[in-house]
Amino acid sequence: MEVNSANEHWDLEIRSNDNLFNLHLKDVWHYRDLLWLMVRRDFVSFYKQTVLGPLWFFIQPIFTTIIFTIIFSRVAKIDIDGATPVLFYMAGTVAWNYFSDCLNKTSTVFRDNASIFGKVYFPRLIMPLSIVCSNLVKFGVQFLLFIVLLVYFCFTGQAHPNWYILLFPVIIVLMALLGLGLGLIITAMTTKYRDLAFVVSFGMQLMMYATPIIYPLSTPLKRGHSIIVYNPMSGLIETFRYGFIGTGQFYSFAFFYSVVACFVVLVLGLVVFNKVEKDFVDTV
Amino acid sequence: MSDVAIRVENLSKAYQLGDFTTGTLSRDLHRWWMLMRGKEDPFLNIGETNNREVKGDSDIVWSLKDISFDIQQGDAVGIIGKNGAGKSTLLKILSRVTSPTAGNIKVKGRIASLLEVGTGFHPELTGRENIFLNGAILGMRKNEIKQHFDAIVDFAGVERYVDTPVKRYSSGMYVRLAFAVAAYLESEILVVDEVLAVGDAEFQKKCLGKMNEVSTNQGRTVLFVSHNMGAVSTLCNKSIILKHGSLQLMGATSTVIDRYISSNEYNSGQIYADAIELKQKSTYAGFHAIRLISKSRGVTTDFTINEQIVIEVEYDVYNDGHMIQPSVHLLDVLGTCIFATFSAASVSSNFDKYANVPLKKGRYKSTCIIPAHFLNDKNYRISAFLVPDNSMDKMAITESVLSFSIVETGEMRKEYTGEWIGVVRPKLYWDTERLETEV
Repeated sequence: MEVNSANEHWDLEIRSNDNLFNLHLKDVWHYRDLLWLMVRRDFVSFYKQTVLGPLWFFIQPIFTTIIFTIIFSRVAKIDIDGATPVLFYMAGTVAWNYFSDCLNKTSTVFRDNASIFGKVYFPRLIMPLSIVCSNLVKFGVQFLLFIVLLVYFCFTGQAHPNWYILLFPVIIVLMALLGLGLGLIITAMTTKYRDLAFVVSFGMQLMMYATPIIYPLSTPLKRGHSIIVYNPMSGLIETFRYGFIGTGQFYSFAFFYSVVACFVVLVLGLVVFNKVEKDFVDTV
Repeated sequence: MSDVAIRVENLSKAYQLGDFTTGTLSRDLHRWWMLMRGKEDPFLNIGETNNREVKGDSDIVWSLKDISFDIQQGDAVGIIGKNGAGKSTLLKILSRVTSPTAGNIKVKGRIASLLEVGTGFHPELTGRENIFLNGAILGMRKNEIKQHFDAIVDFAGVERYVDTPVKRYSSGMYVRLAFAVAAYLESEILVVDEVLAVGDAEFQKKCLGKMNEVSTNQGRTVLFVSHNMGAVSTLCNKSIILKHGSLQLMGATSTVIDRYISSNEYNSGQIYADAIELKQKSTYAGFHAIRLISKSRGVTTDFTINEQIVIEVEYDVYNDGHMIQPSVHLLDVLGTCIFATFSAASVSSNFDKYANVPLKKGRYKSTCIIPAHFLNDKNYRISAFLVPDNSMDKMAITESVLSFSIVETGEMRKEYTGEWIGVVRPKLYWDTERLETEV
C-alpha cells in the first residue's frame, strides 16, 4: 500500500513548504471568470451608489489640471519646453492617476478582503488583478476626456502626435504591472507590520514629484538629478506624453530601463505576495 | 488503496499568541537559517498542545499537532470535538484558507468548501448576479453555473426576486440562495462548517437532505463539522474526534458519538460557572454550578437504571425582589427535548418554598430529581435555564451543559433481553383481568 501510494496521482497537495516560485498561475487561469465578475461588481456597485455615476471620473483630472496649470505654469513658471500647459499637465495627470490608483488599491488588498479571504479559497491574485482591470475603466473615461482635448489642440496646431503613439498600449500595460508589483509588495508587508500603510500615501506624493509630470524629463537630465531618471515611471510618462502631444522626446534608455524595472518589480511582487497569501489569515 | 479521496499526513498548525514583536522576526530568521542548513525545524519542538483551560508558558500554541488519517471516497465524515479542539483549523487548512505549519494533505478531485454561506455576496447586485459571482468565488466556471442556474433558483425558492438586489431580500432568502449556490457545486469533495446553524428548521432539513443526497447518491465525499450530534449522526457514516489538536478516535459515527458523549471530554458530571457556556446571559441571575449526583456514589455521569438522577443547580441571584425559576430540559443524543421541567408549585410534586416568591440576593441551590426506573439505557443531556419573573427574554440559558448515561443493571431484564426501544423506559402500572372463559 505504501509503495502504491508513492505513484498515486493527487489533484492537489497542500503542503507546509511550498516552492517560493510556484505562483499557481494555472489556478488563476481557471478562475478567469471570477476576475471578470469582480471587475463587473466593482463597476456596478460604484455607479449604483452615486447620482452622477461615471461623471465623477472626469472631475478629478479636470481639477488637477486646472490647479497644476495655475500653480506650476502661471505662478511658478516652470519650463515645459513650450508645450500647451493644459495639455501637458493633463497628459501627465491622466497617466499618473492610473498608476497611482492601481498601486493605492492593490496596496490594501489583504486588509480590504480579509473577511472573504478568511472564508474561501480562490487564487488571491485575482483580487489585485481585478483592481487593475477595474481601474482601466476609470482610466478609459479620463483618457477619453484627454483625447477630446487633444483633438481640439491638434486643430489649433498646438499638439503634434507622432508614431510613438503606438507605444500607448505597451505603456498602459507597463504602468499597470508596475503599480501591481509595488502594490503587492506593500500589501504583503503591511499584513504583519501595519506602519507601512501610513508611509504609502506620503510616498506616493513624493514619487509623483519625482516623476516628470509637472516638468519634462529634459529638465532633470540637464541638471543631472539621477534619482528622477532611475524612477521607472519617468520613461513611461515621458514617452506617453511625447507620443500624444509631441513635447519632449523618446529617451530609449529611459524607456527600456522602465520595461526591465517593471518586470523585476512585478516578479518580486508576485513572489512576496505568494509567500504571504498562504497564511496571512492568521496574522491580519 | 486507490479510493482514498483525502490523505492527511502529520499535519500540524501552530498559532502565535499575543502580539507580533521583534521576537517573531528573530525566530523566523532562526527557523529559516536552520532549514537552509538542512537541519530539523526548531519550531517544531517548542510550543505546547492547545488546551485552553491550562495556562501555558509559551506564546506558540499548536492548534493541530501531528494528525494523520485517510478519508475514502464517498464517505461522509463528521468532525466533532470541543471548542478549540482544532476542528475549524483543520477545515481552514483543507479549504486552503491558511497553510499548515508542517505536514501535508493530498487530495483527489476538487474541493469545495463552505466555511460560511454567501461569501462575497454584494448587497447591490441582483440575485442573478450574485449567483454567478458567488459561484465563481467557490470555483465554478461560468457555464457550469449557467447549467445549474434554474435548479439553484428553484432550490432557494427565490424565483420572483432573482432580478432584485439582494439587499432587499429577507435574511432567510439570502441564506437560502447562498446555500443553494454551494449545493450545486460540481466538486468531488465538499467541506462544510456549521453553516446549517442559520435558516429555519425546514430549510435546515432541506440542507441536510441535500448534503445526504450529495454523499450517498452522488458518491461525493463530505466533511462536516458540527456541534449538532443529530446532524452528524444523520449525515455522516464515519466520524473523527479531535481533542486538544490531536486525533482521538476515528470510526463509525454511532460508536464515535457514543464515545464522545460519554467521555470526560464532553463532561464530568459537574461544571462550574467559568466553564459553563451561556447561550444567553441574564442580568438577574447566573449559574454557579450544575451537578449530576447519584445518591450512593456522588457526582457522576453514569447512573444505573434503578437509581434516581439528582440534578443540582446552584445559582447566584444578583438583586433583591425578583422571582427566579430554575428550569431543566432533558434531551436525547440527537438534541430532541424529552421533557421540560421547572420548580413552580403547579408543576412539581412537592412544595418548594422558594418557588413562586421574590428572592433576596444570594446563592441558592435547587434540586430536581428524575425518578428511578424512568429512563432507558441510553445517553442523555440536560440544558439549564434561570427564568427571572417568568420572562423568557431575560433568562440565562446554557444548552447541553452536562450529559449522562443510564446503565442497565439487569433488574428489568429478567423477561426480555433484546434491544429496548424508546427514549424512556418507565416502570408503569400494569394489570390484566380474565373477561371470558370461552372465545
